[in-house]
Amino acid sequence: MRLSLGPLLFFWPRERLLDFYSQAADWPVDIIYLGETVCARRREMKPDDWLGLARELEQAGKSVVLSTQALIESEADLRQLRRIVHNDEFLVEANDQSAIQLLSERGQPYVAGPSVNIYNARTLQLLQRHGMSRWCMPVELSRDTLAGILDDPSISESAVETEVFAWGHLPLAWSARCFTARHHGLPKDQCEFVCQQYPGGLPMRSQESRDVFTLNGIQTMSGTRYNLLPEVADMQRMGVSVARISPEDTDMEAVVRDFDRARNGETVERDPLALREVTDCNGYWYGGAGMDRV
Amino acid sequence: MELVCPAGSLPALKAAVDQGADAVYFGFRDHTNARQFAGLNFSERRAVSGIDYAHKRGTRVFCAINTYPQPGGWQQWTEAVDRAAELGVDALILADMGLLAYAAEKHPQVARHLSVQGSATSYEALRFYHREFGIRRAVLPRVLSLKQVGEVAAHSPVELEVFAFGSLCIMAEGRCSLSSYLTDESPNKCGACSPAKAVRWQETEQGLESRLNNVLIDRYQPHEPAGYPTLCKGRFEVNGEVYHAIEEPTSLNTLELLPELRDMGIAAVKIEGRQRSPAYTREVADVWRQALDQLERGVGTFRPQTGWEQRLDELSEGSQTTLGAYERRWR
Repeated sequence: MRLSLGPLLFFWPRERLLDFYSQAADWPVDIIYLGETVCARRREMKPDDWLGLARELEQAGKSVVLSTQALIESEADLRQLRRIVHNDEFLVEANDQSAIQLLSERGQPYVAGPSVNIYNARTLQLLQRHGMSRWCMPVELSRDTLAGILDDPSISESAVETEVFAWGHLPLAWSARCFTARHHGLPKDQCEFVCQQYPGGLPMRSQESRDVFTLNGIQTMSGTRYNLLPEVADMQRMGVSVARISPEDTDMEAVVRDFDRARNGETVERDPLALREVTDCNGYWYGGAGMDRV
Repeated sequence: MELVCPAGSLPALKAAVDQGADAVYFGFRDHTNARQFAGLNFSERRAVSGIDYAHKRGTRVFCAINTYPQPGGWQQWTEAVDRAAELGVDALILADMGLLAYAAEKHPQVARHLSVQGSATSYEALRFYHREFGIRRAVLPRVLSLKQVGEVAAHSPVELEVFAFGSLCIMAEGRCSLSSYLTDESPNKCGACSPAKAVRWQETEQGLESRLNNVLIDRYQPHEPAGYPTLCKGRFEVNGEVYHAIEEPTSLNTLELLPELRDMGIAAVKIEGRQRSPAYTREVADVWRQALDQLERGVGTFRPQTGWEQRLDELSEGSQTTLGAYERRWR
């Protein structure tokens, strides 16, 4: 099983972002997704900057995939999308139907990201016929649903690869409204890029101080981290090709190394005092409420 | 522009037809549609009477089968498509690509509409659904500004239907998993958002509390009106401040945008609310019928009447309405 670093979902300053990826070049991840998938206004990295970074990471031996914006709203968004689709150098991750249209029209292979609704084998097969080489399962689906899809003869006998979002705050929803700007009393188009103040998102808690969701600009994420580290062996048995780790404001190298050990069959020692894992969630994998910890 | 009204039950369907809806939409009594509520929706027998009632009066009937089947449910969803086709509906409102492919292959003669749950927000996305499944119409998610709706309409390969009135989804429809994160049900999986089975009300010393799967969604003081705990419309704490962090309880009302929507070539306006009462359907359909008739009669002079707005406000969540994403300020 390969490991991937999903697209960075938070808005980090350019220097920090470049520093992060230069470190990641030495970690045991096989695939790195690059690009801004959340908000068109986050433009610290220009298209050529992303391409330059992609080339560097490729030289470091990584498979690089360019990710598209999940919520396409304007003509400007479409222009940006076409640029990514036409890059002619790197594989593209389609995060909405607009991207799938542009990629499939050109007969170009692509990855379908977790915000593309693939809930059954018929849909998966259809997109595969149009050039999809890998899909990342939508985050709300369970292990049993995945097993049901992968057991379908049309899929089990095909070459399509399956990726599972395995670690990080889950992207759960996208809106026209920016909740971070709203928190600061700013209109979205004069947001002063306040989301940059929250490299791990802005926690939204219940009035009883329970983590409910995480606000990340126009995106709403899970309140706690999804963590499928203990499921790696099971995923390997099921034929999952890639486990996706989503970059966060924490010691990512340690997370990657844990997954690397797990995929090599080593038992990952866990610090019983590490609070981090106590608050993680995994309910979706077991078919329950996403926030649950089974 | 056509008026498309919700039919959560046979009486609601009749009310919409009687008030002059051009089309009504309904779902079956199971997880195959995005308004799965106890006691709501149609058995096959009720659907037969409803379709007959509507057709005799020249009103078209659309059937929403707009959730996403998972492997275990595939047969149930395809049977729903077959049943709707056999009942003679005028269009199927679908979201799942696999199901769209099935319907196009098995019942090519029945028009296919892309549901708002299909989450197509650009004309490029619409081109995909048109090319692949020959959809005739698409319902746009409530995330686009009026200008953006115009851009989509200018290049769309298919007719467009937009939401005109009713409960407001804040998130791009078809890609919101907030409900399944807190409960185990979501619109995509089984047509439920903040499902009633997970709701609990509790009088406490701090006030009346509404909970969803035990997560506190809101707490009301005696003078505050309490609303259904839809999870994105509760009051939460962000950086020490307690407020409606995602959205206030409010409804969408686009009466004043009608002339612009017409000029953009929008084919139909949709009223949300299959979960509401027949009285709601009757009232809303009546106001919107009058508005659309006036729009057609007097080119360029359309102004919503105060009485209409008042009647609609009374039917709205929290008794307030918004233009939502159509308007820049909302964002």
